[in-house]
Amino acid sequence: MTTPTKAWRGVASEEQDELDEKVSVLLRERSRKLLGDLLKPHKKQIAVLTAIIIVSNMAGLAIPYLVKVGIDEGIPPMLKGTGTGTLLTVVGVILAAAATQALTRQAFLKLSGRIGQDILLELRRRVFDHFQRLSLSFHEKYTSGRVISRLTSDIEAIAELLQSGFDGLVTAVLTMFGTAALLIVLDLHLGLLALIPLPLLLLFTRWFRRQSAIVYRRTRETVALVIVHFVESMTGIRAVQAFRREHRNQEIFKQLNADYRDANARSMQLLAIFMPGIKLIGNVTVAGVLVYGGWLALHQEVTVGVLAAFLLYLRQFYEPMQEISQFYNTLQSAGAALEKLSGVLEERPAVPEPRKPTPLESARGKVRFEDVRFAYTEEMPILPKLDLTIPAGQSVALVGATGAGKTTLAKLISRFYDPAEGRVLLDGVDLTVLDEPTLRRAVVMVTQENFLFSGTVADNIRFGRPDATDREVREAAKAIGAHEFISALPDGYDTEVGKRGGRMSAGQRQLVAFARAFLADPAVLILDEATSSLDVPSERLVQRALRTILADRTALIIAHRLSTVEIADRVLVMERGEIVEDGHPDELIAASGRFASLHRAWIESLS
Amino acid sequence: MKGYLRPYIGKLVFIWLVALLGIGASIALPLIGKEVIDGPVAHGDQGALLPLGLLALGVGVLEALLTFLRRWAQVGPVLGLETRIRDDLYRHLQRLPMAFHNEWQSGQLLSRATTDLSAIRRFLGFGMLFLVMNILQLTTVTIVLLNMYWPLGLLVAGSAVPIVVVSLRFEKRYILISRRVQDEQGDLATLVEESAIGIRTIKAFGRRHHVFDSFDDSALKVYGTSMEKVRHSARFFTFLEVIPNFTLALVLLLGALAVGGGDLSLGTLVAFTTLMLQLVWPIASLGYILAMSQEAMTAADRVMEVMDTVPEIQDGADTAREPRGHLRFEGVEYRFPGAESPVLDDLWLEVRPGETVAVVGATGSGKTTLTSLVPRLLDPTGGRVTIDGHDVRELELGSLRQIVATAFEEPTLFSMSVRENLTLGHLDSSEEELDAAIRTAQAQFVYDLPWGLDTRIGEQGMSLSGGQRQRLALARAVLSKPRILVLDDTLSALDVETEALVEEALRRVLRDATGIVVAHRASTVLLADKVALLRGGTITHVGTHHELLEAVPEYRELLAQDADLDPSEGALR
Repeated sequence: MTTPTKAWRGVASEEQDELDEKVSVLLRERSRKLLGDLLKPHKKQIAVLTAIIIVSNMAGLAIPYLVKVGIDEGIPPMLKGTGTGTLLTVVGVILAAAATQALTRQAFLKLSGRIGQDILLELRRRVFDHFQRLSLSFHEKYTSGRVISRLTSDIEAIAELLQSGFDGLVTAVLTMFGTAALLIVLDLHLGLLALIPLPLLLLFTRWFRRQSAIVYRRTRETVALVIVHFVESMTGIRAVQAFRREHRNQEIFKQLNADYRDANARSMQLLAIFMPGIKLIGNVTVAGVLVYGGWLALHQEVTVGVLAAFLLYLRQFYEPMQEISQFYNTLQSAGAALEKLSGVLEERPAVPEPRKPTPLESARGKVRFEDVRFAYTEEMPILPKLDLTIPAGQSVALVGATGAGKTTLAKLISRFYDPAEGRVLLDGVDLTVLDEPTLRRAVVMVTQENFLFSGTVADNIRFGRPDATDREVREAAKAIGAHEFISALPDGYDTEVGKRGGRMSAGQRQLVAFARAFLADPAVLILDEATSSLDVPSERLVQRALRTILADRTALIIAHRLSTVEIADRVLVMERGEIVEDGHPDELIAASGRFASLHRAWIESLS
Repeated sequence: MKGYLRPYIGKLVFIWLVALLGIGASIALPLIGKEVIDGPVAHGDQGALLPLGLLALGVGVLEALLTFLRRWAQVGPVLGLETRIRDDLYRHLQRLPMAFHNEWQSGQLLSRATTDLSAIRRFLGFGMLFLVMNILQLTTVTIVLLNMYWPLGLLVAGSAVPIVVVSLRFEKRYILISRRVQDEQGDLATLVEESAIGIRTIKAFGRRHHVFDSFDDSALKVYGTSMEKVRHSARFFTFLEVIPNFTLALVLLLGALAVGGGDLSLGTLVAFTTLMLQLVWPIASLGYILAMSQEAMTAADRVMEVMDTVPEIQDGADTAREPRGHLRFEGVEYRFPGAESPVLDDLWLEVRPGETVAVVGATGSGKTTLTSLVPRLLDPTGGRVTIDGHDVRELELGSLRQIVATAFEEPTLFSMSVRENLTLGHLDSSEEELDAAIRTAQAQFVYDLPWGLDTRIGEQGMSLSGGQRQRLALARAVLSKPRILVLDDTLSALDVETEALVEEALRRVLRDATGIVVAHRASTVLLADKVALLRGGTITHVGTHHELLEAVPEYRELLAQDADLDPSEGALR
């Protein structure tokens, strides 16, 4: 590890168990920065909150003191028969203090609850938005399960801190300081004696904090693994059942679940040592105070009331310590979560948005590759050096074996990736200087994936253009030949598609995806194997539609079925990332190259 | 739930005993303080001071020790319980049929397996014990107070009445809110999941803002309900703190009067108020603990909702020995839950051992549904499917799914090694078998991956092309050498050359197996001995490709590539 700062940027540290001191300091700083950032807008509210809580605690603390005053000052005059005035006053003040405490306490709970929820909302928004900004290359590695675990279980860990932790900590700290001060004011000697174990307490707490930091990191990691496995097996449940994977899955899950349990067990055991430890220190002190205080009282150096108050306050002094350690617990858990989240937020999109985007009013659709080199891994470049110009309005078919680089080419035009060298230009403008909305308005890619979101059919088509009217949605479906089957669905366009479109067939999903792309009306349309699941009549309808759709826009069509290719103005045959044939389909068929033989094979396959 | 607690009964009894002793110790400590004040201090008895001090020390150490024991002993049962429920939930979910999974978003399932189970854990590990301990402590202290001086004790006991009344009201309302929060969090998890899995589609259309808006709506909903929860509990928590403080003021007043009347010693009053102050915290924390227990209860409800779903697809009793693979659909009907009309209706089809039948039908005609009935991913809602004359429902699921293997159109790959993706449940396959399957599916590209078969492929295999993914799915299906092989439009994303190679290899595989091939293309149809046309939910025609091509216009329309053959062409244009 030469430069820890770089290597540990972003999510790189996620799978590491033990971290060296330098790195963990770095991570803590990063988390703290995020926390500070989140708290910043609430500065004023926090100040108000602090004022409220101080009043509330002072009122709360005053009550036992007032009881002591009542006993020491109120009862003797009453016994002497000089009246109950003092006693009544004290009782009245106690009632007032209780009322004050109640009111401020309620205000505190509401305000702190609101701040907490505000922060959670902000954090959710920020992390979600950031995930959406990150490039595909990030998502391909990170997996959706981890995205989900960040946005659910990690956020919840922080929620817990904000809901109960903060409340507990502030109250506890104030109670402790207040009590310590009172103890000293009440009686200096006894007070000092009571505070003797304080350094020990601090050392003990430090030990606990260090240990729990390690343990909670482990908890966050193990729970993330549980979530990842859970989500993946539920997403792929059909294959799991069909291929009898249940048993093996159960084994894996059991192991992950057990790891999570062990991590949790360590944290609980740590608490099992820490909490009683605090109690032990507190109780020993109480015993000491009892003896010393008793001795002092015996020699009339303190009053009975003072001694009674001392015993009361000592309890109040050590109870919050447990509260504080409980807070530490949630803090550590939240800290580990914060560390993961700040890591995600630190990730920069591999295809960054330009700082000063170049405006492109309406794209015409001229695409140009200039000396483009692209590789997923350095050893195996997918596109070694590509030069290609596609004039606006041209329909280009890309043909070639798997791995020839067709999809990569398509992904470069959609800027899912940036080339390692060279430039990709749209209407003469480098894609890297276009902002996302501009680029996506101009370039849309339909893949064979056809992801449908839960919602209605209409919602899914409208995804192509959220402001489209119902009529436009219908028109798009009609144009693509999907109107008929959609109308036949139980609720027509308002039919819920079910989880990931589970209620529709692959072909139907593909048609919806087509309608979606049609509605988006881009200048450049990329179809990557977009008709593979369609039956012949549907494909024919789509192709007929494509003739009109593609008439005035640039298109890049990747298809193994050469039927789609026939509507193209130009065919590019690719091999190992290079264009080996380029020409009008008829021209190429007439020639004797790759495409001609592919075409022959295809004609034969139709037989 | 009870079944989960049973193995820990011994430990639980121990924990409770220790907890009770702990309460005893924590009550004893202030009592010793009272003794010191009333005894040595009042009587100037210096000699008695030290023994009492030592006693306090002993009790104090004991209390800490008991706390340690309780906490340490708790770890096993609490986590064991959570882990076992999670294991069982997962097992149960794996058994629930596709019909269930089609309806339930995995975000909702996930929030049950994580958030809800930790709510239960927190309650069991902390809440339940504290709830009972608090109540015990409250009653014990009240009894001690009653003993000390009953009129004041009675006053303290009476203050419990408003607390109980308000708590009950609070609970009712709180349970509704917390259930709503939990459900809304599940919805939020679902949105997150969709946004992560559908990231390519979102990027392709640049719909980041659109997706963010719907997430934001949902997050705001959670925010709103959580705020309602905050407000509701703030009122309740405050109430719980006020009552004991007010009672304390009254006790002081009345106690002072009693001391004045000579009914009460000063030391007793000091002890009385000390003990009463000990009540403040248990009562105040009652609110928090009650809230926690409510959450655990709704969480348990949500978990049980899933656990109580009986898998509609139950294991049969028979194991098929030496299956021949004679497959019959006998008057099969399938209706999606809640759908008005069935997808498949009175469907009859016979596939003899070794025979291959292609199923051809328009998009959405129910071909995939039909193939799902064979390995019982779905069960027919009417009629039956038989293998060698046995209803598939009578077969043990494991044994049935060993006979039938399906290559799905959507390959469903997992983020694990290629090898594991291929073997899935068929863990004992040898290298040779793997290699043979890879070759059949023309998936030799896997050997060129950086670590060959041990290369971990990304989630859903998204770093592979569509054709590569389909070939992996095919290799997976042929690996186990199934008696019945179902190919659900498995070759759609392959290029013509690869398809031809795959088909050649598949012909060899299908010679020995019974096959059902769903196809859109003439080339794939030719893999089959005969073709069945699926229309209107039933098989209307069975014959060879050429027979149907000649005799059935609907078939021609579906399969003929040449547009001129299409009689409806003119109408459509």
